[in-house]
Amino acid sequence: MSAGLSVKDLSVSHGAIKAIYELSFEVAPGELVALIGANGAGKTTLLRALSGLLAVQAGSASWSGNSLLKKKPEELVRSGIVHVSEGKSVIPELTVQENLAIGGLWRRDKADVRRATKESLELFPALQSRSNQRADTLSGGERQMLAIARALISRPELLLLDEPSLGLAPLIIEQIFESLKQLKAERGLTILLVEQNAMSALKIADRGLILNLGRLVGSGTPTELIHDPQLRSAYLGF
Amino acid sequence: MIVNTLLIGASSGAIYALMALALVLVWRSTRVVNFAQAGQAVLSTYIGYEAMNVTHSYWISVPIAIAFGALIGALVDILFMRVLAGRVQRGPIAEVAPVIATLGLLGLIQSVIGLIWGNAFVQYTSPLSGKGFSIGNETVPFSPQNALIVAAAAVVMGAFALVFTFTDLGLALRAASFQPEIARLAGIKVDRIRTIGWTFAGAAGAVAGVVITPTASLYPNSLDLFFVSGFVAAVIGGLESLVGAVVGGVILGIGFAFILQYIGSSVTFLAAFIILMIVQLVRPHGLFGHKASRHA
Amino acid sequence: MRKFISSFIQGARPFQRVRTLRPIQRALILTIFGLVLLVASNYVGELQAYQGAQVAVYIVAISSIIVLTGYSGQISLGHGALMAIGGYGTALSFTEWNFPWPMAIIFGVVVGTIFGAILGIASARLQGPYLAGTTLALAVGLPSVADQFKILGGEQGLGFDIGDPPAWLQRLAGGNFTQYQWFFWLTAIAALFIFWATTNVLQSSFGRNWRAVRNNPTAASLAGINVPRWKILAFTVSACLASLSGALLALLLGLVTPTAFPLSLSFLLITGAVVAGLGRLGGSILGSVILVSIPELSGALATHFGDSQKLTANLPGIVSSLMLIIVVIFAPNGLSQIKLGRKPG
Repeated sequence: MSAGLSVKDLSVSHGAIKAIYELSFEVAPGELVALIGANGAGKTTLLRALSGLLAVQAGSASWSGNSLLKKKPEELVRSGIVHVSEGKSVIPELTVQENLAIGGLWRRDKADVRRATKESLELFPALQSRSNQRADTLSGGERQMLAIARALISRPELLLLDEPSLGLAPLIIEQIFESLKQLKAERGLTILLVEQNAMSALKIADRGLILNLGRLVGSGTPTELIHDPQLRSAYLGF
Repeated sequence: MIVNTLLIGASSGAIYALMALALVLVWRSTRVVNFAQAGQAVLSTYIGYEAMNVTHSYWISVPIAIAFGALIGALVDILFMRVLAGRVQRGPIAEVAPVIATLGLLGLIQSVIGLIWGNAFVQYTSPLSGKGFSIGNETVPFSPQNALIVAAAAVVMGAFALVFTFTDLGLALRAASFQPEIARLAGIKVDRIRTIGWTFAGAAGAVAGVVITPTASLYPNSLDLFFVSGFVAAVIGGLESLVGAVVGGVILGIGFAFILQYIGSSVTFLAAFIILMIVQLVRPHGLFGHKASRHA
Repeated sequence: MRKFISSFIQGARPFQRVRTLRPIQRALILTIFGLVLLVASNYVGELQAYQGAQVAVYIVAISSIIVLTGYSGQISLGHGALMAIGGYGTALSFTEWNFPWPMAIIFGVVVGTIFGAILGIASARLQGPYLAGTTLALAVGLPSVADQFKILGGEQGLGFDIGDPPAWLQRLAGGNFTQYQWFFWLTAIAALFIFWATTNVLQSSFGRNWRAVRNNPTAASLAGINVPRWKILAFTVSACLASLSGALLALLLGLVTPTAFPLSLSFLLITGAVVAGLGRLGGSILGSVILVSIPELSGALATHFGDSQKLTANLPGIVSSLMLIIVVIFAPNGLSQIKLGRKPG
């Protein structure tokens, strides 16, 4: 289908080392798909390839029928694809307000930028009181919220989230994932959620994909995945 | 006596600050020390000189020189630095390759200037007097031209401060220099922004050139020592900080003035070396520097 | 983990093809080569002898850059200043304290080496641009100090005239042994010896450790290499070589002045080293030849294009700058790498 994210036979290498082997999958518009797997499975590599940070050796990837390959990240943002990368996704030296503003710099419609900023702050009220603080004074959870908030200001159609729960307390993780669920429901946002924290991710996902050593080893609804004993013990860790 | 020395220091410090600003701008956006800056600045000054020969007006030649400085800065980034970045490899030279390339560019620019205009000293005169102001019976070692130098530096610094703090462009420049990858993922056209940084740097260098040259002569290497001082000032301030560049320039200017006054002219750069060593012993990343992550 | 690190360091192995001769073999080859040169010098003119001596001086100087930047990865824009220390130390001890000229040269080298060690200690913590800036300030600052102190001769400089070749040599060579030929012999022998000794050092664990420090300081220190100590050692050795080249330059010029060691000299050394290739000591020979031939080539080119004053004055600069730029962009490991088709190390 031409709508949504379509990945076919994608192969990505880090220099001489192949990280992703002929990967194929689809994400329908409005779906929240969880991409799970152990460390080194290739999840981050996949996101970086989709968002233009990494070159792709073979295969194809497209969103709404338009190819994602051979484009710069800043071009893809303009096509509605926003990648919140793992670990460092806010600029520590800038304030919260400035970090948010960056998400809207490329946009012409400044009125909508203001609206989007307001919406983001309503989604994550914890950021409101910290508006003028430098981002490096924020807690891990607040930084993650800031990163997602900023991504939303670019009015994405496809949101690529790389391990938003990394290093965060369970309560915060729940909070953030609730917000993601809300986003999906309210705006029809398509989300590809990469996570090591399989349970939390599957709880809010429509579908799950399991990646191991660069290959797709399982896919299905959360229920199917959880109830498959092999997959469960091998990849979901319980 | 001290006041006199301070006045002398203010004027030269202004030039060092301008050169340091240009260097820090490029360093923050490209992680390269642009040695060609000295050549770019002097080339812009030569263009101002030509403009002055044609129009017979210093005040018309100045904006022309600055405009060309900006243009040359942009061209160096687009035609030279981008080509270089695409070919950075491993090996003994990978880290130092861009620096050495700019050294080569410096030599090239200066040789081409010599080819076009010759290596002889020429005069780029300004209508402002180079003689110190008279206060009562005394002549202060601060002339109208010196006043122009300080004023020009202040205007440039002020303009940069305004742009960086209050404008969208400034925010994009800062974001792109702190974390280029995050900036890209936020939709900022980092390459274009970087070229704008080079444009600003080129303009700053040109300003320095056109205001200082009337106090001496113009020849292909005339700005070399100012550039070296600017580099020292930038390192003292910490290459990461624009404020540091200005502070470094002022410190160096005043320091040089005192050394000139009380010791002699031949030890100024040795003193610069010693100042540098002392600053870096205490703070290896300069006064205002911090351990910035080494992202390209 | 240890295996990973040691294989990382292994990547810093020196090139293993042609030049893994044993020191004795190398000495033999160089001695024969040297004898050929010395004899050949009988048959060339004064200018060629002088240029040959220049090449020899540059070989030693560029070796110092290769050790420091090519091997230990530290960049210095101030080696002209280190040469100046060697040159001035030599001339000073000769003029003021009447050292015999070989002793004077040794004195100059010792002074330069000590200074290099101090500089290395002070710079061990500095990275890339900060080190570049500091050495740049030194390059500009040090030579002008000579103006300040009378004992250093001021603008006139200090003389270092070692006189005519010794009588026995003149007899041996059949009476036509000029002073420039004598200079060539001395500098060539020095250069060949230095080349031999330095190659030995670089081929040994010294070279490997320096390369490890350059490639990945963190991995190196985890593997037990005391990174600061090795960086300082590199600086010291480099300064020793540079000051020797300065002493030899003093010998060649017959004097030292502040203007004999300008900023452009430091840049020229970098150009020669980079164009030839920082990774191998053999680059020092190619680089020196290139540096000395640029003025010649440019002179010929200039005549071809009409011989204007502007052209002759600036063509050398254009040629060497273009060479530097082209090499950095298209052959970052230097021309000597292209010839032998090596991969970067």
